[in-house]
Amino acid sequence: MRARIAHWGVVIAFSAFASFPFLWMLITTFKKTNDLTDPSHNPFLFTDGMTLENLRVLFEETLFVRWIGNTLFVGVLVVLITLLLAVPAGYALARLSGSFGEQLGIGIFLTYLVPPTILFIPLAKVVATLHLQDSLWSLVLVYPSFTIPFCTWLMMGFFKAIPRDIEEAAMVDGLSRLGAFTRVILPMSVAGLLTVVIFTFTLVMQEFVYGLTFINSGAKFTISVGVPSFLVRGDVYFWGSLMAACFIASVPIAFLYNLFVDRFIAGFTVGAVKG
Amino acid sequence: MGTPWGGKTAVADDEGALSRILLAPALLYIGAVIGLPFFLSIWFSVSDVTVSSTVGHYVGLENFRSALEDPTFRRALGNTFFFAFASQIIVLVLSVVLAMALQKEFRGKWFVRLLILLPWVAPVSLGSIGWLWMLDSIYSVINWMLRAAHIFGPQTWPIWLGQPNLARASIIAVQVWRTLPLATVINLGGLSSIPQDIHDAAAIDGAGFFRTLFQITIPLVLPILLVAVLFGFVFAFTDMIVVWVLTRGGPYDMTQVLASLAFFKGIDGGDLAGASAVALFLFPVLAAAAILMLRLARRAEVM
Repeated sequence: MRARIAHWGVVIAFSAFASFPFLWMLITTFKKTNDLTDPSHNPFLFTDGMTLENLRVLFEETLFVRWIGNTLFVGVLVVLITLLLAVPAGYALARLSGSFGEQLGIGIFLTYLVPPTILFIPLAKVVATLHLQDSLWSLVLVYPSFTIPFCTWLMMGFFKAIPRDIEEAAMVDGLSRLGAFTRVILPMSVAGLLTVVIFTFTLVMQEFVYGLTFINSGAKFTISVGVPSFLVRGDVYFWGSLMAACFIASVPIAFLYNLFVDRFIAGFTVGAVKG
Repeated sequence: MGTPWGGKTAVADDEGALSRILLAPALLYIGAVIGLPFFLSIWFSVSDVTVSSTVGHYVGLENFRSALEDPTFRRALGNTFFFAFASQIIVLVLSVVLAMALQKEFRGKWFVRLLILLPWVAPVSLGSIGWLWMLDSIYSVINWMLRAAHIFGPQTWPIWLGQPNLARASIIAVQVWRTLPLATVINLGGLSSIPQDIHDAAAIDGAGFFRTLFQITIPLVLPILLVAVLFGFVFAFTDMIVVWVLTRGGPYDMTQVLASLAFFKGIDGGDLAGASAVALFLFPVLAAAAILMLRLARRAEVM
């Protein structure tokens, strides 16, 4: 019994720590400004009633919808580039290059650890030279730098888990090596490809440093940069709308992500976990 | 790999050629957007290039020298290490506790897992804004709760982000908050890879909870534990978002880290050369972390 209480205590305490900021975002979203700024009110109660005004302001008077569109635009293109480059590379590393492939795979994965905060200064100059300053195309160009390494690694693990016999049977049936990959292996790998799509998209949504560096005009921000830099004017914070924006951009995608998280974690621990 | 191109073998069947063709686009892309800027940043750091100048001149180690003489830089260097180490030591302990709790089956586990993953999935900049609001100087809900619980007296109302030590503590707390989920799920994978007979054998030998934990469980999952914390360390060490959102490095540059300092110097200030030098101080630590990770991965495999 004591063990059970301790167990639930731990679970509840950690769930509260992890999710409290999001709960507080949600409560703030529906609060009236006067209610929010009256120190005598209990912050968890809607003493003055609930309001949709913050959401109306967010969707009608800010560029929030535009930023969602920008994020989708960049996200879709980066997903396409990543699929096109990382999936074949992952296959080659899994099947064709022997132990050299293993080493190269680890090398590619390690480039994922090179952070934007080392590269953003020279890249700012490169982007300016290419006249992509303040254009969403600068993000489309640069974001694959962190999505390709991770997704190549992810797909390599995924392809390794498919038995070689399947391709060999297909090649006996007259398909070429390439044909076996495109016509037999790829259709079997829909789950892996979907994982790449979800993670590429989340990584694009989360990216901040490059977005802040390359983009200057409000209408061209993605969500993760637009919300913190544009919904705050000088010292004036529109907390209601700001929290609504944070909640909307954070929580729905977490549900989707939760379905795929085991595969994602497997990507981090391949090599560290036996088998 | 030595098979010649063309000839009688079609490329679609020539494994060496095929693997090169499938790999080349990804490798070239990575080379162009990671390799090239990396070498460019090394060049910048030994030059005097600015935002407006087109060509820089070689100035030797001048940028590194002036960085090291700058008290703000030295403080940022110290903060960067301090935030990363402090947050990951806390994560090390908390993630083991949480992973052990999540190892049991219980009702609503999927929902708990979803809640615990939220800080990792949400964009860091937006999660940090949530904390900015929770730590607000006037409307802090954390202060309100602590006062309601009578932990704070009526006179106590800390300005979390306005006092250097509280601001540092706040930044560490947010780094713990956002890196804990990853470490927890990695550890969870490690814990579940321990065969049940080991636990059974320990129980038969009469080993208690803590004895099992420190003499069996932790030694067995140690390599994975360290990999988990190393990832967190790299993310916390190289991050500028939390600092940028919460304090902008303030008050008076007291919470500046290398990455945020490089941003303010290079992008806001236009001093690309100086900023590159600052950012490159991150690199030796990253390289060390990567080597350590490879070692650990190898050790875990022969386990």
